[in-house]
Amino acid sequence: MSDNEQSRMIATAMNEGSPQAKALGFTTLEIGDSVAILKVPYRPEIIGDPETGVIAGGVVTTLLDHASGQAVHASMETWTSIATLDLRIDYMRAAEPGLDVLARAHCYKLTRSVAFVRAVAYDRDPEDPVATAQATFMLDSSAGKKPGANFKPPREQRAKTGSTGQ
Amino acid sequence: MSDADTRLVSMLDAIPYARFLGVKAELAGDEMTAMLPFAQHIVGNPMLPAIHGGVLGAFMEMTALAQLSVAAPMKRQPRTIDVSIEYLRSGRPLTTYARASIKKLGRRIANVHVEAWQETRSAPIATMRGLFLVAPSED
Repeated sequence: MSDNEQSRMIATAMNEGSPQAKALGFTTLEIGDSVAILKVPYRPEIIGDPETGVIAGGVVTTLLDHASGQAVHASMETWTSIATLDLRIDYMRAAEPGLDVLARAHCYKLTRSVAFVRAVAYDRDPEDPVATAQATFMLDSSAGKKPGANFKPPREQRAKTGSTGQ
Repeated sequence: MSDADTRLVSMLDAIPYARFLGVKAELAGDEMTAMLPFAQHIVGNPMLPAIHGGVLGAFMEMTALAQLSVAAPMKRQPRTIDVSIEYLRSGRPLTTYARASIKKLGRRIANVHVEAWQETRSAPIATMRGLFLVAPSED
């Protein structure tokens, strides 16, 4: 299996398996070589300003976060869990009502524990962005965490209250 | 209901994406707490499960917008200029709360800080700092 085939499989799993990504209808148009391009289709439920019909900034936030994560996976040889550490977004202009929004993310640096990503959201032309983003991700973020780990309180809180979380 | 209450309720009701996520808010005097009840459709990582980081960002941005609507009547909805989000802990399958603090509400720019938490307020799961372009009503 080539790297790009693996990235494509991860992208599909992240779009279909993540309930929020599925609810928003995310699709990955391109993935490979540390780059991912994702699309969110325009629809009335995701409007942020009812007076203008402009898509909510929060939807663009989620799309940029998701695209950035896929760009990190597209830069790694083997899959590892990742988690967003921080995300900075500049909103240049309102997205045009009625148009789908796209996000292109590039993981430009990968270290042993951190990945650095730049991303841009646009509706027609990447050179005329709706928003730009800069994000960092922690690698191997779920180290030692079993499926369902989040049903229990984190260790720091269990220690404080003496509860075992059972 | 106070004027601020009315502005808050009508603002959240009017935003389709706030309804899509299920964002609610309560006002006690001038102190507002926004709430995001856990629901399957806000999950990002189904294995843990964890709330999507983008949803937490969206929720905190909405909290800032709601707090601005409480603070002053606006001619139109504030426009987000930029946000900077820090993720501190995983969003567990629980209700998430958020409070915003307006550091400055100027004639054109508002600076807002937001903190989101679940069971323990002193252990926030995410924080946000945002800049907004505002148009407060003159009166």
